[in-house]
Amino acid sequence: MNLNVTGAFIYFTIPILGGIPITQTTVSSLIVAIVVIIASIRLGKNLKKRPDGVQVLVEKGVTMLYDMVAESMGEHNLHWAPFIGTIFLSSILGSLIGMTGFLRSSTADLSCTLTWAVLVSLIIWYNGIKNNGFVGWLKGFTEPIVVMTPMNVISEIAQPVSMAFRHFGNVAGGGVITSILYVALSMLSTAVLGAIANTKIVPIALLIAGAALLVLFKQKTHKKLHAVIGAVCAVLGLFGVLQAFGLLEGVPVLALGIPAVLSCYFDIFSGFVQAYVFMLLTMVYIGNSCPPPETREAVQS
Amino acid sequence: MELLAEAIATAGKAIGAGLCMGIGAIGPGVGEGNAVSKALEGMARQPEMAGTLRSTMIMGCAIAETTGIYSLLIAFLILFVL
Repeated sequence: MNLNVTGAFIYFTIPILGGIPITQTTVSSLIVAIVVIIASIRLGKNLKKRPDGVQVLVEKGVTMLYDMVAESMGEHNLHWAPFIGTIFLSSILGSLIGMTGFLRSSTADLSCTLTWAVLVSLIIWYNGIKNNGFVGWLKGFTEPIVVMTPMNVISEIAQPVSMAFRHFGNVAGGGVITSILYVALSMLSTAVLGAIANTKIVPIALLIAGAALLVLFKQKTHKKLHAVIGAVCAVLGLFGVLQAFGLLEGVPVLALGIPAVLSCYFDIFSGFVQAYVFMLLTMVYIGNSCPPPETREAVQS
Repeated sequence: MELLAEAIATAGKAIGAGLCMGIGAIGPGVGEGNAVSKALEGMARQPEMAGTLRSTMIMGCAIAETTGIYSLLIAFLILFVL
């Protein structure tokens, strides 16, 4: 059994401007965008004075977002909240969309996360130029001394790259690790069940021994140990019997269920944490580039 | 002869990927351990701050994990692309 790790693959190419490839990532990002837009329009309509049902949840979420933005970027930056929320929703839905099974996570592609990170960088540079003027922005690179200029330039470039690679690596790495485990488990199940099912006596004996362990040894000490060994023997014996009599031929039985636990961590938890981290870093970077109005005047005067 | 060369290349890839992941995991491991231990100390001292500390700790861990993820990516590149 071979493990093949590839990137997103190309469905077709639009033959304009030298060919625009439509990849799995494009499709799932567009689906995420459409879902977010439709959800926003649907949930933003018909708002009642006395909220009920879904509106309570939505209001709670929006309030949390605005509070978070106000806390980490300052009150004067509240107009960035929709952008931050959109990045968060796109990121988390893009990570979770891989769990549908037929769509690839859009964030498991460097082009997607790098686009967001470069967008954030462009916003930061635009704000820097708007606040300090072009010359003042360029002069900012020579702080604190002129010798540090290359370092500053590198750190400016490294910032979007680090943001993008963190998100991409976490989601893509999780996917690869899950598929490695899946392949390993199916190889293990082929090996173990094949060995057991070679002779028809062994699986039947295992099944009987497991059942006996489960039923008979309940009164003695080491109850849990007996229960575990009995359950393992019984399950192996059951599948061995099924395999020996030609049922479930070649079905990787051990690969059922176990990868789901890992997927819970890598897809749900990791996707959420990475979306949160991406959102937080975006807020911190943009907040740093938009200082509150009074200090800006104080700097200029 | 060609078979031998291929085998040596495969062995080199496996050793390289293993070393990359193993050495690359030291830093994030130590760093995250430090972060969690300090956060636990803070939580034990001020249980009322536990919520804030926990969310900050998880975010710090995710950021400290970055270098580990870089080495994971490099290991995947070595294994599957090179």
